[in-house]
Amino acid sequence: MPDAPPPVIRVTSLRKSFGPNAVVQDLSFNLAAGETLVLLGPSGCGKTTLLKMLNRLIEPDGGTVEINGRDVRQQPAETLRRGMGYVIQQVGLLPHYTVAENIAVVPKLLGHSPATIAARTTALLTRLHLPPARYAAQYPHQLSGGQQQRVGLARALAADPPIILLDEPFGALDPLTRASIRREFRELEELRRKTVVLVTHDVTEAFELADRIMLLNAGQIQQLGTPRELLFRPANDFVQSFFAAERLALQLRTLTLGDVFPGSEVNNFTPPAQKPNSTAQNPQPIASSTASAVHIFSEPVNNSDGGVNNQAGGQPISIASKQGLDSKPAVGRKIGADFTASTTVQDALEVLTRPGAPASLFSVSQLMAAFGEALQREEDAWKR
Amino acid sequence: METLTALFAFWHEQAGKLGEQTVQHIGLTAGSLLLGVLVGVPLGVWLSRRPRWVPAVLGLAGVLQTVPSIALLGVLIPLMGIGPKPALFALFLYSLLPIIRNTLEGIRGVSPAVVEAARGLGLTDGQVLRKVELPLALPVLMAGIRTATVINVGVATLAAYVAAGGLGEFIFGGIALNNPVMILAGALPAAGLALAFDALLGGVQKLSTRRLTQVGAGLLLALPLLGGLYLLPRATGKLLAGFSPEFVGRADGLPGLTKTYGLTRLPSVVLAPTLVYEAARNANVDVIDGYSTDGRIRAYGLRVLRDDRRAFPPYFAVPVVRPELLRQHPELGAVLAQLAGQISDSVMTDLNYRADYLHQAPQRIAEAFLKRRGLWRAPRPAVAGAAVVKLGSKIFAEQYILAELYAALIRGNTDLAVETKTGLGGTTICFEALRNGAIDLYPEYTGTGLLVLLQPTPAAVDSLGGRPAAVLGYVRQEFRRRYGLEWLAPLGFNNTYALLMRGKQARELGIVSVSDLGGYLRR
Repeated sequence: MPDAPPPVIRVTSLRKSFGPNAVVQDLSFNLAAGETLVLLGPSGCGKTTLLKMLNRLIEPDGGTVEINGRDVRQQPAETLRRGMGYVIQQVGLLPHYTVAENIAVVPKLLGHSPATIAARTTALLTRLHLPPARYAAQYPHQLSGGQQQRVGLARALAADPPIILLDEPFGALDPLTRASIRREFRELEELRRKTVVLVTHDVTEAFELADRIMLLNAGQIQQLGTPRELLFRPANDFVQSFFAAERLALQLRTLTLGDVFPGSEVNNFTPPAQKPNSTAQNPQPIASSTASAVHIFSEPVNNSDGGVNNQAGGQPISIASKQGLDSKPAVGRKIGADFTASTTVQDALEVLTRPGAPASLFSVSQLMAAFGEALQREEDAWKR
Repeated sequence: METLTALFAFWHEQAGKLGEQTVQHIGLTAGSLLLGVLVGVPLGVWLSRRPRWVPAVLGLAGVLQTVPSIALLGVLIPLMGIGPKPALFALFLYSLLPIIRNTLEGIRGVSPAVVEAARGLGLTDGQVLRKVELPLALPVLMAGIRTATVINVGVATLAAYVAAGGLGEFIFGGIALNNPVMILAGALPAAGLALAFDALLGGVQKLSTRRLTQVGAGLLLALPLLGGLYLLPRATGKLLAGFSPEFVGRADGLPGLTKTYGLTRLPSVVLAPTLVYEAARNANVDVIDGYSTDGRIRAYGLRVLRDDRRAFPPYFAVPVVRPELLRQHPELGAVLAQLAGQISDSVMTDLNYRADYLHQAPQRIAEAFLKRRGLWRAPRPAVAGAAVVKLGSKIFAEQYILAELYAALIRGNTDLAVETKTGLGGTTICFEALRNGAIDLYPEYTGTGLLVLLQPTPAAVDSLGGRPAAVLGYVRQEFRRRYGLEWLAPLGFNNTYALLMRGKQARELGIVSVSDLGGYLRR
């Protein structure tokens, strides 16, 4: 990533073996402030071990982890951990503490004042849709799995650490709850500013949340890049085959209207920028006046010089809400039938195929044809 | 119903003693539990960090648990003497296993996710233990303490055997005396205590983790206080007595003694019969009960206090024979009479000492004694077809020696052959053997003949007034009349209950008789 700010996390030649098993082998990467890195891979690939070496729950056999330029071994593990949020799949709320007390654990350790802690707890619970009046004094066993995980997230965020580590945070939830929490997670203002490392084996989740994905196998990086890069430019057969089963679904989620309708000449369109600034720039409406489906954007997204739209690809995109669909009002402004250039093909399809969908600038068949062409372009670019 | 009335009467009569024993019992239980918690919980925590040691430590604690309590106390006495120390230590050992195991299981039972999350949040190891693991392990830990408590309330009854007090004093006294009321008088409060503690701790266990943390801390504070109950000053006096349970309860034991001599201000503890001598020797106690010819009297330098008012019934040793034997072999009468009045208490004590402590063979002891008295004759050569005299004895050293004495005299002074049938078990076996001719002679004690074999009415016993001659006259007459058996002349010694003191102390205090003791205590 060009002119990136100094990395918040720098991992160099990290190694870890359990007995004869080399779980993490000579692994290096940098992570910039505000970036969300997803560690993806099959079970036993070393992703959790790697995560736990970041906060020293596991000590590496070799190599270094630097946080903000400082080797993690230069400070007590507890101090290090208090500066990093940590969320695990089983949540691990302290069962004998109330929700509020659970959230207060780290701020208390850090010596925050009770008033500050109370205010912070209230704010977090409200933001995570757990009304404090009702939930603050409850015990973990009184909450549903999804609510528990929200509290776990609030606990990790309580002391406002710049880094958050999440180990399969949604893995134990049922699909519906998982989707809704993931959505909340994605929309959580708090998290946008934070450097996030998230472990998952769920490909969809990885594509939905990641700025970059590190695909691991047998303790080695198979590929580190944006979801688009992994999908359209697999570094090796493993990467290729890892996504094979869900390739079409991922492509539908990854390619945007901007990708499938390149060369749109109508109106000015600015693709959404990197996450931290995304709220500042809104895409222009797609052709409110023209009927031509292929002239939607004034500024085509150029996929031929590398074939990848980093900005848009890394950005979770949704469309303006209608009838309870996903919404992310900050990113896309309504254009025509609710679409922006950063709307994914998947989301556009959902809107178009909904019963009683409003008239659109393009039909499903037009969209799918354009999608096919876009795929072909990506393929060609890759083969070239 | 009758038992119940008797029970209440007993409690009423012994209310002071009951209260004292209950307090001691609670004190013993609480004190040992405190030790158990102070050692067991840290050990359990340590084991949770060092799983490699779990089998070794739990195995050892389990072995300790399976050692019978009496045996454990027996092992501890040489190391720790008698009194509260071995009792507390034994109870402590019994409480260890449940406490260690439940601490460990409690900590192991804490969800690894909770611990990982706590560590991930930045709690130090100590904080994880204090704020997460121990509070969450507390219900299981409390269950362990509850188990240990109930075990200890039960085992603490055995503390009475090592003079540590508690409700066992009544229980073992009752067992020794075959007195169900007395057994119940101790057993019911002990069972009540166990149930009460169990219910209390069961209630505590049901509390929420948070309340449990507070209550647990409260209990930890309460234990030393309860344990401290044990240290309450007991009745004190110039001398401390240690009595076997049977002696305490028997009418012709302590109660009779107290009545006869008006003994006051003699606080006493109850001890296992086998331990009283050791206790006196080690100066754990000053006055004990014993048998006047026990070899340990000499071995431990003890002194028998003269029973100058004859509180204890006479148990003079007398050979009992079948009259036909004397008719068929008239020469025997004079031979047997050679021992009459020859063996005093101290002589018999010495002979017993040789057998019990020097482990000399009874035959050798008999020979040496006869030589000293000039009664020894080398055995005459066996005569073919000679009549056989069958000598019997009960199954303890004194009787073996007596049988060997008679055997040596008969062999040396007559042509008769001798067969000894020693170790015939108890009184009844010897008596029946004599009646049906399986043996011709065995040494019996006048008191035993009177109380065990003849069993006259209490009025008849009272009329004898414990006078040795009267008793001997009575048994002789009655044995002749009822069984046709003959009591010969007494050997001289009286193997009866006796009060014993360390010789040195008795000398220093100028105490020779029980009356002297009473006088000294009253001064």
